Amino acid sequence: MVTAFFSLVGRDLRLAMRGGIGSLVAVVFFVIAASLFPLGVGPESALLERIAPGVLWVCALLATMLSLDRMFQDDYDDGSLEVIALGPLPLELVVLAKVLAHWLTTGLPLIIAAPVLAVLLNMSTQGFAVLMISLLLGTPILSLIGSVGAALTVGLKRGGVLISLMVLPLYVPVLIFAVGAVEGAIFGLGAEANLLILAGGFLFFLVLTPPASAAALRMALE
Amino acid sequence: MAVKKKKAGIGIHFFANPARFLRFARKIFPWVTIIAIACIAAALVLGLAVVPADYRQGDAYRIIFVHVPSSWMALMIYVIIAVASAAGFIWRHPLADLVAKSSAPIGACFTLISLVTGSLWGQPMWGTWWVWDARITSMLVLFFLYLGYIALHSAYDDPTKGARAAAILALVGVVNIPIIKFSVDWWNTLHQPATISKFDRPSMDASMIAPLLLMVVGFIAFYLVVLIIRLRSEIAARRIRNLRLAQTGN
Repeated sequence: MVTAFFSLVGRDLRLAMRGGIGSLVAVVFFVIAASLFPLGVGPESALLERIAPGVLWVCALLATMLSLDRMFQDDYDDGSLEVIALGPLPLELVVLAKVLAHWLTTGLPLIIAAPVLAVLLNMSTQGFAVLMISLLLGTPILSLIGSVGAALTVGLKRGGVLISLMVLPLYVPVLIFAVGAVEGAIFGLGAEANLLILAGGFLFFLVLTPPASAAALRMALE
Repeated sequence: MAVKKKKAGIGIHFFANPARFLRFARKIFPWVTIIAIACIAAALVLGLAVVPADYRQGDAYRIIFVHVPSSWMALMIYVIIAVASAAGFIWRHPLADLVAKSSAPIGACFTLISLVTGSLWGQPMWGTWWVWDARITSMLVLFFLYLGYIALHSAYDDPTKGARAAAILALVGVVNIPIIKFSVDWWNTLHQPATISKFDRPSMDASMIAPLLLMVVGFIAFYLVVLIIRLRSEIAARRIRNLRLAQTGN
């Protein structure tokens, strides 16, 4: 079962790797969207410093959401999802493997790009470490919640917009606690409480979302 | 298996038969209509004319008699949707699916009413139409949840599939609502807008509670009236669909 799990993750990673630039769309979007903010609100460094954590997190959220509709759609379209569902791996673990692959291809690049953008947005250096930790804890939650949205829209033609409508309200807590952590670190209020809540949220959604996504996939495969 | 649980009153499977439900609905429909009209009318008269004006807020506070009940309804209907979705998902209860589907637009309307009346109330009280106050913000998120639910439901061509998909979303959503509420409260304590003088909720006078409760009862009855009308049309639509499928010979 472990080998089946990791071979599924490896397959998704190989597919993403061979997809070329397509798999990097999320991180490219992240960089472009974040660099639009100085153009929009002006290059004043004090203002940018103030809004940097929020801007980075909102852009990370949108970038993650942008790539969600591919999580199951390609496999559903070419029929391999059905084959995977018939295989030895329970559908819940299939979902987890897909989520892990999604996070490795979108969440991880976002985390790598974030410090560079934080410098561009003139974010206070006290927040850097916490920003990284918050992204490390928060982006997996985004992938987990997103898997429910992706699974629910898998058979639909216009799934993309629908996912954002369903998933964005559910992303609100992640945004609040993650930005709260970064701002807490910057303003010297401490970030532990927010980070602990994020960690708890990660565990909570790790348990809650795979069964929900699996139920949705089962319905789509009926 | 087929023993009727008459003693237990109306069990969950009692209304699995749409015809039985329609008969029951026909019986209670006039009563809930009367209750809705009477309670809302009485609450409006009491709230707008009889109850004295608040000494701090003047007449503007009277919007509370619409605002607060509609906020409660918005939350209550989401819980109803979640419970009905669970029943529909677990037992494949056909009426529960319909209840969930038909309740969603009503709940969304109550949420919108709550947001709009809150905004209208905020203008004379806080001097601004919109404040990112914890309560308003979580209501806004609830409104978005409703929209997502309705959109997902209507995106499926097959109504049974749409109901199951929407049920999963409603259940995930209802688990999230406390988390969202908590996070928004937390966020609000960190970012308390400084310009707004937070007015504490005055403890209500007993004379003000009567119209409020009447309005709640009226709104619940009104919800039932609209729900029954919507359920009737849903059942009729389903019947037409089945007839059409039978006609095409599949």
